[in-house]
Amino acid sequence: MATTPATFSTRPKDPQEDLMTSVAGEDQGTLPELPPEPVMEANKLNVFYGDFHAVHDVDLRFGKNEITALIGPSGCGKSTVLRCLNRMNDLVAGARVEGEVTYHGKNIYDRGVDPIAVRTHIGMVFQKPNPFPKSIFDNIAYGPRVTGMKVDSMDDLVEQALRGAALWDEVKDKLKQSAYGLSGGQQQRLCIARTIATRPDVILMDEPCSALDPIATSRIEDLMMELRSDYTIIIVTHNMQQAARVSDRTAFFTAKADETTGNRTGLLVEFDRTKTLFSNPSDRRTEDYISGRFG
Amino acid sequence: MSVASTTAREVTASVVATGRSRDRTPRSLIFLALLWFSLFFGVMVLVALIVDTAIQGAGRFDAALITDYSSRVRPETTGFRAGIIGSLWLMAFTALMAVPLGIAAALYLEEFADKDRWYNRLIELNLQNLAAVPSIIYGLLAVAVMALIGFQQTGIVLGGAIALALLILPVIIITTREAVRSVPQDIRQGSLALGATVWQTTWRQTLPSAVPGIATGTILGLSRAIGEAAPLIVVGLAGSLLFSPTGVLSPITALPMQIYSLTSQSQAELREAASAAIIVLLVMILGLNALAIFIRNKFQRSW
Repeated sequence: MATTPATFSTRPKDPQEDLMTSVAGEDQGTLPELPPEPVMEANKLNVFYGDFHAVHDVDLRFGKNEITALIGPSGCGKSTVLRCLNRMNDLVAGARVEGEVTYHGKNIYDRGVDPIAVRTHIGMVFQKPNPFPKSIFDNIAYGPRVTGMKVDSMDDLVEQALRGAALWDEVKDKLKQSAYGLSGGQQQRLCIARTIATRPDVILMDEPCSALDPIATSRIEDLMMELRSDYTIIIVTHNMQQAARVSDRTAFFTAKADETTGNRTGLLVEFDRTKTLFSNPSDRRTEDYISGRFG
Repeated sequence: MSVASTTAREVTASVVATGRSRDRTPRSLIFLALLWFSLFFGVMVLVALIVDTAIQGAGRFDAALITDYSSRVRPETTGFRAGIIGSLWLMAFTALMAVPLGIAAALYLEEFADKDRWYNRLIELNLQNLAAVPSIIYGLLAVAVMALIGFQQTGIVLGGAIALALLILPVIIITTREAVRSVPQDIRQGSLALGATVWQTTWRQTLPSAVPGIATGTILGLSRAIGEAAPLIVVGLAGSLLFSPTGVLSPITALPMQIYSLTSQSQAELREAASAAIIVLLVMILGLNALAIFIRNKFQRSW
């Protein structure tokens, strides 16, 4: 197998593919092979932590109102790639990014781009629910307040955000209570509500269900399907069933160990429509991973 | 099956029930006795000191001790009003100076400083050394600071407060840094990911969450400062005064200063009063420490 990562542009056309997609289902059948109007793109993205080369030459396109899943074994750089998409990686000491990440065609790593402004357009939900030690209301109102959003009625905005995250009915009578009184799943939906309150365009989710039980997980997944009509969602997950259930497209990453240093560098192996990638992967590493022979 | 388990049980019983415990060998017992003695010695010396002081001062636990000014003419009713009020004034101004400075310095070091820069590492190193500097040095430093900002007067509220503020600044910085560090990174990331600046994140998330820890550290710092006499001697505080301070530039005395000046007096009544005042000072310190423990327990947050 070639060591250069296969990407959407270099992957050879598989003759079986059309058959597979038509079998897979209508929604996927109408999905074009590449996102027609990408909201975000990564071009030759490389990430270094000091001397350590964490991610090598990643090319991705994230389509509007699509859910893209990033999957792969631990240490393959999928979370690192995600954190580059809203410059949260800037906060890691010694992190350095090469290549481009564009948002509506504009490289967010250009000089003169304010990472704080980037994050108001590209929100993020974390692995562990991390509500602020404040009331439910103040958790939602925090983002609009700090970013100086012009808000006619904060009450309406909070209600809207909580409804958007399917949490309103559960918390409408206790908005003044601490967010720490909520269950783990409710806290995570609160974090999603908090993110959509600042009206972002893209929502990044870093293994948002890994700390949750199966019922809470399925509620978050339902929510993601609803949010898809308004937002572009990019999710890192170690749960392949979850990627298969919710995502339109999937990117499979793996790690390649350097022969001399033993450092593992993450690379993108395959990026395709989810149904195609799961039913008929074109790279053997993808097939091995999905079928459980590796990782 | 039952035969096998019975056998196993008997074997086990014979191993466990040897009739002696290796924790009771002479060697273990001697070591244990040594540990007990060390503990006993430490605690007993302290108890003996306090009891001895309390007995010496027993005759003077009256209202005059805290409500009257000192008097050499009537030593049996001499009081520590000026010292107690002076110490409270000093604590207030010390806190006013040291707390904002200490918190700001700690926030800079934890949230803003680039730890790879040589000057930040130098500050870090010096901070740890500062906490171990003898308190008298801070008195000298305060004299220098006073001269630098153009105050010629000695023994005034400002000078004493500067000395004590410098003394507890390292304590406040170190405890504030620990309190700030204990706020989970998740909270900061959550705030930054919403488009908040580092400043907004620090001011609205990190600092409020760290307040109980900061308060605890500040009070412990103040309880150290309230018992100090050495730096106050250097800045020229009087051993006794017959009036209370009226402003930052008024002359002042402090409880430890008054005690220090009385213990060398020849009149027995004055030495008795000094012993009673030591107990008053201990009660004040214990009160502050109790307040610190109360705040820490009440606002303790589990993340």
